[in-house]
Amino acid sequence: MVVEYRKDLFADERADDFDVVGKPILRQDILGHVTGRSPFYDDHLFDGLLHMRCVRSPHHHARIRSVDASGAERMAGVVKVLSARDVPVNVNTLLSLINFGRDDEPLLATDKVSYVGQPILAIVATSVRAAEAAVQAVRVDYEELPFVLDVEEALKPEAPVVNAEYPNNTFDYADTYDHQKLRFGDVDKGFAEADHIVEATYQMSPIEQAPIETCGAIAAPETNDRITVYTSTQGLFFSVGVTAKQLDLNSARLHFIGGTVGGGFGGKVDSHHEPLAALACLATGKPVKYMWDRAEEMQVGAPRGGERWKIKDGVARDGRILARMFTGFFDAGAFTRLSSYAVQKSTGHLPGPYSIPNVASNVYCVYTNRTPSTAMRGFGITACDFAIERHMDKVARAVGMDPIELRILNAYRDGDMKAHRRAAKNCALIESCQVVAQKTGWALSGEAMRASSKIGGGEGALGLIPETVIDEEGRIGERRRTGLGPEPDAGQGARRRLPQGHSAHNSSAFGNAPQREDMAAEQERSGFKAPMAPTAPAPKPAEPAPVAPPAAAAPVTGGPSLPSAYTARPAASLPTPPEPPRPAPTAAAPPPPPPQPEDPARPHFQRAVKRPGVSRFLSGTRRR
Amino acid sequence: MTIHHGRGFACINYPIGMNLGGDPSQALVHATPDGKFKVALSSIDLGQGIKSVGRQLAAETLGVPVEDVYVDTADSDTGPHDMGSFASRGTHRMGNAIIRAATEARRQMLEAAGEELEVDAADLVTDGRGNIHVKGAPSRSITVEDTAIAAQFTQGRTLAGRGIFLVPLSEVDADTGEMTPVSSFAHAALIVDLTVDDETGEVEVTAINSAYEVGRALNPKLVEQQLIGGAWMGVAHALYETTEPNYPDRAHGPEDFNHYLQPGPGDVVPHHISVLERPAPDAPFGGKGPGEMCANPVLPAIANGVFNAVGVECDSLPITPEKVLRGLRANGGARPQGTPGR
Repeated sequence: MVVEYRKDLFADERADDFDVVGKPILRQDILGHVTGRSPFYDDHLFDGLLHMRCVRSPHHHARIRSVDASGAERMAGVVKVLSARDVPVNVNTLLSLINFGRDDEPLLATDKVSYVGQPILAIVATSVRAAEAAVQAVRVDYEELPFVLDVEEALKPEAPVVNAEYPNNTFDYADTYDHQKLRFGDVDKGFAEADHIVEATYQMSPIEQAPIETCGAIAAPETNDRITVYTSTQGLFFSVGVTAKQLDLNSARLHFIGGTVGGGFGGKVDSHHEPLAALACLATGKPVKYMWDRAEEMQVGAPRGGERWKIKDGVARDGRILARMFTGFFDAGAFTRLSSYAVQKSTGHLPGPYSIPNVASNVYCVYTNRTPSTAMRGFGITACDFAIERHMDKVARAVGMDPIELRILNAYRDGDMKAHRRAAKNCALIESCQVVAQKTGWALSGEAMRASSKIGGGEGALGLIPETVIDEEGRIGERRRTGLGPEPDAGQGARRRLPQGHSAHNSSAFGNAPQREDMAAEQERSGFKAPMAPTAPAPKPAEPAPVAPPAAAAPVTGGPSLPSAYTARPAASLPTPPEPPRPAPTAAAPPPPPPQPEDPARPHFQRAVKRPGVSRFLSGTRRR
Repeated sequence: MTIHHGRGFACINYPIGMNLGGDPSQALVHATPDGKFKVALSSIDLGQGIKSVGRQLAAETLGVPVEDVYVDTADSDTGPHDMGSFASRGTHRMGNAIIRAATEARRQMLEAAGEELEVDAADLVTDGRGNIHVKGAPSRSITVEDTAIAAQFTQGRTLAGRGIFLVPLSEVDADTGEMTPVSSFAHAALIVDLTVDDETGEVEVTAINSAYEVGRALNPKLVEQQLIGGAWMGVAHALYETTEPNYPDRAHGPEDFNHYLQPGPGDVVPHHISVLERPAPDAPFGGKGPGEMCANPVLPAIANGVFNAVGVECDSLPITPEKVLRGLRANGGARPQGTPGR
């Protein structure tokens, strides 16, 4: 292993004179970790600790006709058998804590199971062995149902309904569509102008987060009528909120302790152990541990989902990508968990770190009869990047170009307009490519080695939001009725055009400056060299940040000898944008959008909300 | 029966922080009577090191030695709200909250010291070694310890700070996908060298050369542990790991590490890492989270390298020997593509 720090790059934007920051200081917790003394949740020991195992579905999809636990209840060591009837609020969805999506997942199954491994009963016993023996003694009468395991099959009209809350097998976006759209420019026009069309499909495998410490929680009675929960959670207050909601408890009675966790990688966000352990603790008055064994961790624990991505590129013969279209499927499994969020995260990431003038995508959160998937390192991005970067190599072959040169040619730069309609800043893709090429002796042209993320960004049409073709296809339920295909161009319905520069101003884009004056940090000590210093406090969310204009009369450095592709960039050969909507201060900079009036009826955050179906533990509201 | 050499490239960017924002983090800082500082959080340390990075950010902002700061985290009775440790948000969100809390505590510390030294607090600086002195006059000084004693026992003043960092929530436009997903991006580019055995279909990664742009390496050792571990995970994802080997069929799902394949310690690939630092204007001291993004470029770079070695397109993961052999058979044998960049 060799690690070098390229302090020479971007040195003009960075102050490096710190006492503590940037120094290889030993971890605060290193002694505890290397001596095996750090307290993980399972290191908390209790007299009379009870253990929990679950009765789980052996079927992909089945109706539960009856459950007979009478034999199990009589077995030695069995203290309590919990079923859905014992859970005050049995159905939940994790992101209800930010008001995103509908409650769709029972903590314990009631009338049907939708994946192999879904819990039906939770058995609490004096030992793991007694609990496991009791699980074997439970008789469940199932009526097997048709099931669907493939994301594209699940979209078809004849597919069985996996999740009753979402009967089209897709999550609902904005109460309107069965997918999240991205529309930027006109992909059909881009494909028509292209010399090559490159299409392919990519498949990510489901993957286990594989933490050394398996997921779990220990709930113990605390003095003064509270419950202490030792947990492996990755989100302490997520787990507090879910537990308070599902147990219908005042969260002041919950004392959660965690923070020293044996690896998570995304698999410890789901908060299923804490409510079950706390429920059992309440029901028995004893400390209860609910901890997965390795088999549960691997097959019942939510994995990284099996994403499928289809990409279609239109490419000019000089390597410029003129249009890129995506169709993405997130295999959520039987319930939503966090897949709905990942769909939007991936949509914001498209088309990758490249400036492409025409982009369209449809991305789906699809329900199938498998273990629900959830977050994992790189959530929403890893599979998408696998697809994009495999595809870039295919594009390079199609045009006979060096694969790194192709990336640098199309790379995004400061000031380029991204497909989600925000200007790029703080880019460093080109420099990363150059460094790695240089040190491996991968020969690049002089032009590619001289390219810079700081130069040429936002030139011409690349700094603008283009006129955009939109459609209203894929409304909730439509696909199931008509068999409409999943791709953005599948339908024959009407198209509309949004004018150049169109913005819905759908975020208070005042950067990350503090909302209040008293939260201002000392900028002169923050490690930036002008003009990179963070923005001053912005007490009022006023104007969305204007699109970064190219530096006034920014002369293209490098001189006229460079091929146009690296200097004037793709904009040079793109059609000149039509009349901008308003006179702009400089040739290519669109005007700042008008101030967005605050709508007091729709505040960003609501506290202590008490209304039907909303958690009292609301930590914020994600508007839909 | 030939070992073919291949070279593959990929580059990526990665959004730092919870997509669309709306995910507050809070921190509280306070001084003990003798001028040591406690930072109360509810962040989760999964091994990524938020306790340690938070401690460094607090010490740097306060201007005190790092040994005089301790981070206490994830007790819901004492740690204020945080959304959690995911989405590369820990350093970015909580780091900013800690800086804000420590800034307030520092302000009070300098006010208290100013009162003791009978000078304007604005004329005071810290030396990072536990002393506060007048700018340009190091002899007119007071220790942080004496300042804390004076503040709490004679001035009746707290040396404490509250910090919150909130990226305002962005909506997503249903028709265009317009949104403000995140405020900063990390970057990476990577070249893998590998071999493909055309008899067994086995792929062995022999070297990784990478460049990771992380904004600022707040603690270089923690960055390195992430980058080295992330590359290992990338190799594991590309070549071995799956809970459903016959996806979408669920048969033969592994239930232990005998059947769930991962590279062992001996399979860690020699890795030459270059760290680039272009500070993000809204990140703590410019630092972006390196933890999630670092695995991502490894997957496509390996698939691209396999194509380069034998001409087999591997568009579905993991790239098992079976898939490579089926590809070789379909192509009628290996089709090496020649070393790129020559």
